[in-house]
Amino acid sequence: MMHLTRHPLEVTELLAQVQNAERGGTCVFLGTVRNDAGVTGIDYSAYEAMADKEIERILAEAHERWPEARVMLQHRLGVIPAGEASIAIAAAAPHRDAAFAACRHVIEEVKQRLPIWKKELRGDGSEQWVEAHDHR
Amino acid sequence: MGKISVRFFARYAELAGCTWSHVNVNTPTTVADVIARVREVFPGTQAMPATPLAALNQRQVKLDAPVTEGDEVALLPPLSGG
Repeated sequence: MMHLTRHPLEVTELLAQVQNAERGGTCVFLGTVRNDAGVTGIDYSAYEAMADKEIERILAEAHERWPEARVMLQHRLGVIPAGEASIAIAAAAPHRDAAFAACRHVIEEVKQRLPIWKKELRGDGSEQWVEAHDHR
Repeated sequence: MGKISVRFFARYAELAGCTWSHVNVNTPTTVADVIARVREVFPGTQAMPATPLAALNQRQVKLDAPVTEGDEVALLPPLSGG
């Protein structure tokens, strides 16, 4: 499964990568484009080759820390309308604690490390680059 | 002199006026020296912060990281993925 896509995210496909009979707990995180202050969508761009490698590194680190868990993620790029998801993470583990912990860990690392940028698109035609902030 | 590939993303690409180019610097050198040369060749990038995020060969590094001929230095605006 490709980590970066220009198509709408398919959570069912993501789940199929991690959920199985040995893993009793599965959780999914979705990041959705908000309609803050007239935002109609966000144009996501990436340093794609590096982002792909960085995702692999983040998932490998999660695997080292939670060896029985399986985590997958997809990040969508291009123009994403408000209300649609930009990122989906699925984490499955034998028990829920590890599933939640691994999922939380991966989204926090994504926020810190992925070379991906957002440009907000507004209904009045204006556009603005988003500088990082610390909302959680 | 060594040829270093440079890549610009997002707002920095707008400042540089391109997404990819190269600069010639005396090698071996550091990421900081490559950035100093970039500011001369692409004056728009003088609007970048004094110490921008940078990646060397697709891995984020500190600005004192050593650079040799053929390396790729990427200048990264504040990350905002997710």
